[in-house]
Amino acid sequence: MRLGNRDVLRDVGFRLATGELTGLIGSNGAGKTTLFRVILGLQRAAQGTVLVDGRPRSRRNPLIGYVPQKFVLDPDAPIRARDLVALGVDGHRFGVVRRVAQRRAVVDEMLAAVGAEAFGGARVGLLSGGEQQRVLIAHALASRPRLLLMDEPLANLDLSSAHDVVALVARIAHEHNIAVLISAHEMNPLLPVIDRIVYLAEGRAASGPVDEVVRGDVLSRLYGHHVDVLRVHGRVLVVAGATGSDHDPGAEDRGHVQVVT
Amino acid sequence: MSRLLAPVFQTGFFTSSPVHTALIIAAAVAVVAGPLGLFTVMRGQSFAAESLGDIGTTGGSAAFLVGVGALWGFVAVGLMAAAAMELVGIQRTRGRDLATGIVLGASLGLAALFLYLDTTVHNTTGAAVTILFGSIFAISASTIPVVIALGLSVIAILVAIHRPLLLSTVQPDLAAARGVPVRIVGAAYLAALALTIALCATTIGSLLSTALLIGPAATALRLTNRPAMAALLATLLGVAATWIGIVLAYDSFYWPPQGHGWPVSFFVVSLVFVFYLLSGLPAWRQRRQARARRPAHGPGIAEVGL
Repeated sequence: MRLGNRDVLRDVGFRLATGELTGLIGSNGAGKTTLFRVILGLQRAAQGTVLVDGRPRSRRNPLIGYVPQKFVLDPDAPIRARDLVALGVDGHRFGVVRRVAQRRAVVDEMLAAVGAEAFGGARVGLLSGGEQQRVLIAHALASRPRLLLMDEPLANLDLSSAHDVVALVARIAHEHNIAVLISAHEMNPLLPVIDRIVYLAEGRAASGPVDEVVRGDVLSRLYGHHVDVLRVHGRVLVVAGATGSDHDPGAEDRGHVQVVT
Repeated sequence: MSRLLAPVFQTGFFTSSPVHTALIIAAAVAVVAGPLGLFTVMRGQSFAAESLGDIGTTGGSAAFLVGVGALWGFVAVGLMAAAAMELVGIQRTRGRDLATGIVLGASLGLAALFLYLDTTVHNTTGAAVTILFGSIFAISASTIPVVIALGLSVIAILVAIHRPLLLSTVQPDLAAARGVPVRIVGAAYLAALALTIALCATTIGSLLSTALLIGPAATALRLTNRPAMAALLATLLGVAATWIGIVLAYDSFYWPPQGHGWPVSFFVVSLVFVFYLLSGLPAWRQRRQARARRPAHGPGIAEVGL
């Protein structure tokens, strides 16, 4: 995967299963958003394929739902939460709106699925960050995808909102039987719910069940230098060690805690 | 009843054919400008719209020079300018603003030349005023079918793309992920914008054209949370502003200086402005009430009164 003339990611391969949550973990600039854009088809990979449900992804692939990284929803735009969800149903269609009743039913169902019934009629730009997150999830679910991509949904959320979102996403993955790929630079909030992990570092990825990836030997191989995985009070810390870093040309800027998760 | 309305509708208002033409054209234009302006405001493209209007001056004055209807000049140059803007790139805001600014400068230079030639060659001083500020009572009735045809094509474009356009206005990536051809939709919108600006320019002049596009839309989105309702309100406000403006301009023939009507554009733009101010009243009253509830004790360097 090249961006400009720089290899951002290479040899990244993993499978996502329906009903499962997978965490895409990596520090800022590790290539999480790039990987999402490739899966969505918004950006082309130099080589390789993305298959969803056994088929190559196509431009109009309703099989993938997308919740982008936090962006500003214009508070002046006259768009209600339910209007944004409705655009998830048929926002890609041209012409006049058809099947109005059916559309409304789907919108109500999706608002209920994320617990957003109470503010469905409110202007979406005036909702809180956590509320907007729910509405965007409902928007993504409205196309009834098999795969849901969530880009840093926990960034800018306080701990309790983050916990709510994580619990909501876990419930949705199981109830709707969809595969969820959720990216984060901080893995700890996700650990209670994710089944598998894709760990990005140094342009490469390690993937598999959480316990098989978040290990000192695996991550050391990924980083190309020694790291320790510490478990403190149920939290996981990945610490770039001082040992063996002398031969590493990038040691100066990596000689401290690299990923505190 | 008729005696009650006599001071409002001066003699001959309902029988004058220039008034009929003006009312029909104004309504047609307002119906198009309202919904389209809503997207312009939401997309933050008021500057692009204003530039298209200003650049239209060149087209209008050139058309006048060669003896074609000013509307055709507005349309031709507007579409060309919109295509140029699209080619420069919608995504790169800075590049777009620079390109727009440079093209705008060159184009207004040309307009200055054409307007000068209009006045000297054709010996008509009215050209500049007509093109820059509009004179809706001077529009010939034969323009009506053209205006309605152009208006219908804008509405057809808008009906076709309104959902993908709304989604890409909210967030381009969200739309692209949903399979929306964001760039094509944006280009179609820009073409519709250019046509709408041309229609507005015909009504109230190229310099004021954005007032009719932006004003009613900006007012409507303060009044409702629903996209469809906002489009409807913007339309109604636009029609109200132009029609009331036409009535007042007709009345103004009896105001000082006697026998010289005031320009319609002045009334239309003023009404648009007044509507916008009035739409801010509810929010302003809320803030005032909130201030009244503020606890009033002791001096402090900071206080919060919600």
